[in-house]
Amino acid sequence: MIAENLPALQVVVPLLAAPLMVLVRRRTFAWLLAVAVSWTALAIALALAFKVREAGVISYAMGSWPPPWGIEYRVDALNSFVLVLVSLVASVVMPYARTSVAAELPRDQHYLFFSMLTLCLAGLLGIAITGDAFNLFVFLEISSLSAYVLVGLGRDRRALLAAYQYLVLGTIGATFYIIGVGLLYLMTGTLNIADLALRLRDVHEMRPVLAALAFITAGIGLKLALFPLHFWLPNAYTYAPSAVTAFLAASATKVSVYVLLRYYFLVFGIPLVFGRLPMAEVLIGLSVLAVVSASLVAVYQRDLKRLFAYSSVAQIGYITLGMGLANEPGLTGAVVHLFNHGITKGAIFMLLGGVSLRVGSTSLERIAGLGKTMPLTAFGIVIGGMSLIGIPGTAGFISKWYLILGAIAHGYWWLAALIVASSLIAVAYVWRFVEVAYFRAPAPAAAGLAEAPVSMLIPAWIMVAGCVYFGLDTGYTLDGARLAAQVLLSSVR
Amino acid sequence: MSLAGHYTYWVTIFLMIAGLYIVIARGNLVKKLIGLGIFQTSVYLLYIAPGKLIGGTAPILAATFNTYSNPLPHVLILTAIVVGVATLALGLAIVVRIREAYDSIEEDEILDKDSAGDEGQ
Repeated sequence: MIAENLPALQVVVPLLAAPLMVLVRRRTFAWLLAVAVSWTALAIALALAFKVREAGVISYAMGSWPPPWGIEYRVDALNSFVLVLVSLVASVVMPYARTSVAAELPRDQHYLFFSMLTLCLAGLLGIAITGDAFNLFVFLEISSLSAYVLVGLGRDRRALLAAYQYLVLGTIGATFYIIGVGLLYLMTGTLNIADLALRLRDVHEMRPVLAALAFITAGIGLKLALFPLHFWLPNAYTYAPSAVTAFLAASATKVSVYVLLRYYFLVFGIPLVFGRLPMAEVLIGLSVLAVVSASLVAVYQRDLKRLFAYSSVAQIGYITLGMGLANEPGLTGAVVHLFNHGITKGAIFMLLGGVSLRVGSTSLERIAGLGKTMPLTAFGIVIGGMSLIGIPGTAGFISKWYLILGAIAHGYWWLAALIVASSLIAVAYVWRFVEVAYFRAPAPAAAGLAEAPVSMLIPAWIMVAGCVYFGLDTGYTLDGARLAAQVLLSSVR
Repeated sequence: MSLAGHYTYWVTIFLMIAGLYIVIARGNLVKKLIGLGIFQTSVYLLYIAPGKLIGGTAPILAATFNTYSNPLPHVLILTAIVVGVATLALGLAIVVRIREAYDSIEEDEILDKDSAGDEGQ
């Protein structure tokens, strides 16, 4: 009974837990429930991933209405990978959030905070699991609306402005997406994503289809902060509460990348997107610009949260780069980088939450001597930074290796060289942290500074350990990514 | 296939571009949200207009009716309207908080206040 309904439970459990927290209005209850829900979601995601590997694609008819009439939940190698990533990040961030939130938010808002975070989780899981284009829009808005609230909860008043900008751009993005879906619906009469792909083959009037592709690209591009549509991201990540930044940076943009992957490869198809249209050139061009320019901007930031937010824009560039390469190693690199970058940035932002708790700020001037005062935190950030650079032995290396293989498979040697060169810029911005944290004496005011609370350090270090572990043992991540890449390339027609 | 025969599309496109223009061109945070509302409303038309057949009825199985309008777009847009209302409500709530924190809802004044605050630190 439960095993059959796992795809529905994946979304329904967090979706029902969120309002329950608001009704009960207890801080501890909300936190415990949020932890329980995220761990349940992780268990379900792992069970689904296991089932997909054993038995292939799972199709679940919501309310027993058979697809394509009803809403279908469809789990394959690609989205089960995304489901595991999102629920894994949530199940580490939730236990972490209690101490972090206690320090950053007024007491009476805690239960609302956990309700919103759980709702955001439900939305992101829903986007990943649904097989219905309109249902996807609804979940996109569920996750986005709760994300706007979460960003707006930041202590600084600039958090409000960041949330407002995020809301305006996010809504434009979602509306663009829904215009695209509307045009596809007009041409095919279906909203089921798998059915859309079949029926688009019989569509001969291409102009509305191309317009739909353009709208979906721009709309989802805004959501995933594809360069140059990334302006909302640095402010939102900088001013949001630490736990929110860790959660959103590790999951929200990744899920949007997944949506774009699904539309490009499994709905519009490679012959249209990469054959008739120059989307490969466009994606590679924008990605290179993102990687180089955002990394350069990151070097000049004075605040660590903002520095790593710009680094996120650059790292998303690597993912879209793999998407533009559109061959097996490139896509494997892109999908595995979803995961690897997710845990790397999750780890860094969680550790920065500890810094902002103890130091009261994450600006570079204030953290001098962090290597002495908060050794575990500083060392964790260094390991995370090494994973961002892509040093062998860390998770980031694996993804870059496959991206380089993908570039070479196309004969793009210049691109392979550029990927290596851009890693050097990452060295520069990570070095700025290392220099200030290790080679400067702590300020006299920082003498009594203690290490971050254990309840925050342990979850953060689980993520840091993940950065190293998934760099050495690539069994799960790489196999999962390779299967996902094969799914993406399977529908060549 | 005359231009006039597609007038619903012209209305849709006009509202879409007008709404987007207001979002970009206005500095007042409430006016931006109004633009956003118009932009979203245009999408409701985009969905609903093609679902209507002239002389069509709701899909009721009866001998007297034989031309039906597609009910699905209406259902979809009902959902989209709810999303739009929630977005607008949240947007306005954030503007209220911005007004409390900055004492202004003009974008450039708010940005001035923030940059002035940075220099003071």
